[in-house]
Amino acid sequence: MIALDRTLMLHGLALAVVVIGGALLPDWIQGLVILAFGKGLVVLGLLLLMRTGLVSFGQGLFYCLGAYAAVSVARIFTLPDSLLISDAILMPLFGGIVAGIIALILGFLLANYRAIFFAMLSLAFSMILYGLLIKMSVLGSSDGFNVAYTTVAGVAIAQSAKLYVLYAVSSAMVFIAMVGLHRYLRSHMGRLAPAIRDNELRVEYMGSSVRYVIHVNFIIAAVLAGVGGGLVALSSGHVDPDLAYWTTSGEFVFVAVLGGTANVAAPIMASLLFEWIKSAAYQYAPYTWQMVLGIALLLVIMFLPQGLWSVFNRQAKEA
Amino acid sequence: MAEVLDAAKLNKKFGAVTAASNIDVNIERDSIVGLIGGNGAGKTTFINMVTGYVKPDTGTIRYGGRDITQLAPRNITQLGICRSFQIPQLFESLTVHENLLVALGIVVLEAKRFTSAAALRSENVEAVADETLSRFGLSEYRNKPVRVLPEGVRKLLDIAMALVVKPKVLLLDEPTSGVSADQKFLIMDMMMAALRADNVTILFVEHDMEIVSRYTQRILAFYEGRIIADGVPQTVLNDADVRKFVIGKTHAPATRGVMHAAN
Repeated sequence: MIALDRTLMLHGLALAVVVIGGALLPDWIQGLVILAFGKGLVVLGLLLLMRTGLVSFGQGLFYCLGAYAAVSVARIFTLPDSLLISDAILMPLFGGIVAGIIALILGFLLANYRAIFFAMLSLAFSMILYGLLIKMSVLGSSDGFNVAYTTVAGVAIAQSAKLYVLYAVSSAMVFIAMVGLHRYLRSHMGRLAPAIRDNELRVEYMGSSVRYVIHVNFIIAAVLAGVGGGLVALSSGHVDPDLAYWTTSGEFVFVAVLGGTANVAAPIMASLLFEWIKSAAYQYAPYTWQMVLGIALLLVIMFLPQGLWSVFNRQAKEA
Repeated sequence: MAEVLDAAKLNKKFGAVTAASNIDVNIERDSIVGLIGGNGAGKTTFINMVTGYVKPDTGTIRYGGRDITQLAPRNITQLGICRSFQIPQLFESLTVHENLLVALGIVVLEAKRFTSAAALRSENVEAVADETLSRFGLSEYRNKPVRVLPEGVRKLLDIAMALVVKPKVLLLDEPTSGVSADQKFLIMDMMMAALRADNVTILFVEHDMEIVSRYTQRILAFYEGRIIADGVPQTVLNDADVRKFVIGKTHAPATRGVMHAAN
């Protein structure tokens, strides 16, 4: 059933515009977009969890794992350089896989919890990772280490083209993630997410396992966060334990609320807007930029309680 | 003997309250059984035990000879026992159509585990959902979110959802409660017509004696966790204990109901 519905076509069009138009953008904007896309992937995972009725205050765990994964394996096992993963596509994917495996394990416990208990437990796990990384000198303790890539899909990339190539790679990954999640949410399995949020009891009585569905969605969210972490690591060229700190996870929830859960494009848009506000506020109000962000969220909650995306929904209804 | 459900020596206490006391019941295939009794008599506890939501302290429940006492609700549903709820349990933020899609989607996802004749192909889900809507007269509400619907419609949807798994046994907890008096028979007629086509064994809890006597072949009367009478409607509704503990001596509709059945 490959029906090209409206959302899908819009996304395809957006990808083409973003990739081609991106070449014209100044470097700093390209860098900002990569960062926003990487974090947007994490928020995309949060959208899935929120539709299932769960808020995770610990997505920093998987974000950080994804960022650390590729280089950490090489460092911990002191592998020769020839075995290092240093490909701009493989590194984030590897990060996603590592995050997914950890989520698979933690999910057996976390899938039993709901509401504030789920949120706090996920936060606790992210802080455990933070604590571990701070103590691990092989991974640079609190300083972290530098990350770089040399190839894309096996092809060596010249230094001057690296930023744009990463920009194109992250655009493609965000596109694939959005389309994939959009499809998933319309599948039989994906439809169970809002059903579980509304009425777990009935889902069980219809013959399905709520725990199983939550576990699967938790893993999907973690994989997205891991890939996003990998992209951000490549974009900034550096990783440190702060990626797992609770304020990082809080920021993802902030962006998720900003965008709303109505459409898979909402987290990405919100992430772009957030990074832009943040950098602008940092530039023009270096001592009060947090306050600017706070006011922005306050305004959204007061006037658009369903998130930024509700602007589009309102237009659609009025038209 | 074609018995589909066999509950033996069920006991259940909630603290000092006895919700089930030595309940022994056999239900025959394709029968329609009414469960009556006052509040706290143990009717809903009985349904909860059969569907696995509450485990009895002692006793066993067999379904087609198989012990299902310790199974989870979802496993019991997969075997072919489904229920509706006194207060409709729906997916409030979804539309009527989406509620059915969720229910049908589960049948597709869990196809291997469903032992009842629920086989359903993924591409047929939309069509089956619409067919179910029209069978229950719900087509006009198709795209409405269920939280805005009148109670009678919500009841029907709740029952329609229980039926999409094509159960062999259906337990209905007060199908007409919250429904206006003039609509009760309409809803019951519609429901029974939809159900008879599928050869479903039906157990339903009901407080309206007129409805019980019109639609059932057998009544179980509950009082303080015990079954105090079990038989054809006329006998049970005229039983001295039932009249004293369940119906109340001066309850006029009971007599009318029995006359109804006799006609």
